[in-house]
Amino acid sequence: MTFFDLARRNVTRHWLRSTLAVVGVVIGVLAIASLGIMGTSIGLMLDDMISDVGDTVIVSPAMGVSGGKLTERQVSDITRAVGSNAVVPYSYTFEKISVGDKESAVMLYAIPAEDIPSLLEVKSGGYPKDTGAGCLIGSNLAANSKENGLKLGSRVRIGDEYLRVVGVLEERGLALDISPDDAIVVPYTWYSSHYDEEDYDQVIVKVRDVDDIDAVKASIEQKLNRREEVVSVSDSRQFLESITSATSSIAVFLAGIGAISLLVAGVSILNVMLMSVTERTKEIGILRSIGTRRGEVMRMFIYEALILGLAGSLIGGALSFCAGFLLTAVFAGNSAYLFNPASLLYIAFGMGFGVFTSVASGLYPAWKAAQLNPIQALRHE
Amino acid sequence: MPVISFDAVRKVYPLPGGDVVALDGVDLAIEKGEFVLIMGPSGSGKSTLLNIMGSLDVPTSGEVTIAGKKISRMSDDELTLLRRDHIGFVFQQFNLIPLLTVVENVEYPLILKGRQNGARKRAEEVLRAVELAETHFTHKPNELSGGQQQRVAIARALVNDPDFLLCDEPTGNLDSKTGTAIMVLLTRMNREEGKTVVMVTHDPRMTKYADRTIQLIDGRVVE
Repeated sequence: MTFFDLARRNVTRHWLRSTLAVVGVVIGVLAIASLGIMGTSIGLMLDDMISDVGDTVIVSPAMGVSGGKLTERQVSDITRAVGSNAVVPYSYTFEKISVGDKESAVMLYAIPAEDIPSLLEVKSGGYPKDTGAGCLIGSNLAANSKENGLKLGSRVRIGDEYLRVVGVLEERGLALDISPDDAIVVPYTWYSSHYDEEDYDQVIVKVRDVDDIDAVKASIEQKLNRREEVVSVSDSRQFLESITSATSSIAVFLAGIGAISLLVAGVSILNVMLMSVTERTKEIGILRSIGTRRGEVMRMFIYEALILGLAGSLIGGALSFCAGFLLTAVFAGNSAYLFNPASLLYIAFGMGFGVFTSVASGLYPAWKAAQLNPIQALRHE
Repeated sequence: MPVISFDAVRKVYPLPGGDVVALDGVDLAIEKGEFVLIMGPSGSGKSTLLNIMGSLDVPTSGEVTIAGKKISRMSDDELTLLRRDHIGFVFQQFNLIPLLTVVENVEYPLILKGRQNGARKRAEEVLRAVELAETHFTHKPNELSGGQQQRVAIARALVNDPDFLLCDEPTGNLDSKTGTAIMVLLTRMNREEGKTVVMVTHDPRMTKYADRTIQLIDGRVVE
């Protein structure tokens, strides 16, 4: 028999009360861990969706520049500024299309036909020619529109012109430059004549050596923004960094909400233990009078809080694992996210925080018990 | 050297309505092997005397020596260790720990002292010495009769081989037959084992068990 043993028996003396305190901790741990896992999964999911575009520099018209377009001259300035790196100008618009008698609205990207192969890969079919009326459809669009008849070889009507689908694109994911998975890609020449438009919305610069990105950006800035800010230049690293920091703050924020519920659990432990100290005043008096030191009384009560916290955290940890599995498998569609160290860390963190909160909540009641005057405590009924 | 000695002990409780003098210059000495009764009407300072003897409290002035140690300037931990190692308490209400079995209650002071090996054996030995049936060893205190509980309490008080037993009305909650049995047990511990026994009581019939009686009136010893 030890103090720990004694504490364990004290905890089991009031089953219902201890169970309720444990349930509080379980909920807190569960909240921290599952919300944390959810946040992490959102981040991982985005990571998976974003294609690797670490080598891309995007040039767009600066905010507030009249027209908001890049002219042919500006594009050739950029081409000169970036040396041998590939430059792909493009435009995009949102357009109504019809296949047979079915209408829908999609994103339309217009890219010079000779540049398409350097940027996008086709899964089936081929690339459209600059002069022909061919187009490419994104992988999601192709997968979701089978019943609409939108597939390789079908005819798409835009306005009063027809385009033939000559290829289906590989999935590309969410990217800083273009995200063609749900879009149609047309040759720029066709776009230009259809919309009577000579300018471009953005320019993609594919930098061959990632270490050159800063130099390329500086060179473009110097060439075009010398007198006034006419273009803004960004690269995909910034984009990735901002996404990463956004998702990690989502995870921290969600875990923070969980932490609040654990604090509530802490308060309930505090309450349970204070009740227990009051009820056991006489017993504490006995223990003190037959030679139990203050520190030992304190230890006994802290052990009780520890036991409640450990029980709650262990159960909570196990449940978090199950909940995490459900969350990742059902909502994110990939249970592998649960086994990511960042997710598992949230379970460990939730459990650790559960134990910590419980012990911290037990400190004051334990101290109060230890400070009782043995003579008065003995007289207490 | 006396086991307990009081030298001009005063205990004053400062209260809002004026100080209350509970002990007013008490001198006494209790020698090893004595059976001493402390008697007096309520309010005479008996409880205060008992608390100080039990090193649960310290005097306002004067000096108290327990087991050769002066207690006035002891810290709380030192007083606690003094209780643990030198004093065996027997209370009117038995005061066993409800959570522990009989044998664990007796074992408890040994464990406080850090003795793990042989603690159970020693506890059982003392329980047999106070004549508690072995079938009761693993019961919880509330499953025993008052007399049996008091035997367990005496065993607990004796288990660390204290310098003296400090009994506060040990028969106060017992019927007279059981009370007599407990007094016989305490007397036997005193006569046969040489244990010093100090007992606080109202009951004048107890004087026949004691070597001498200390009368307390208004915080003073009356011989």
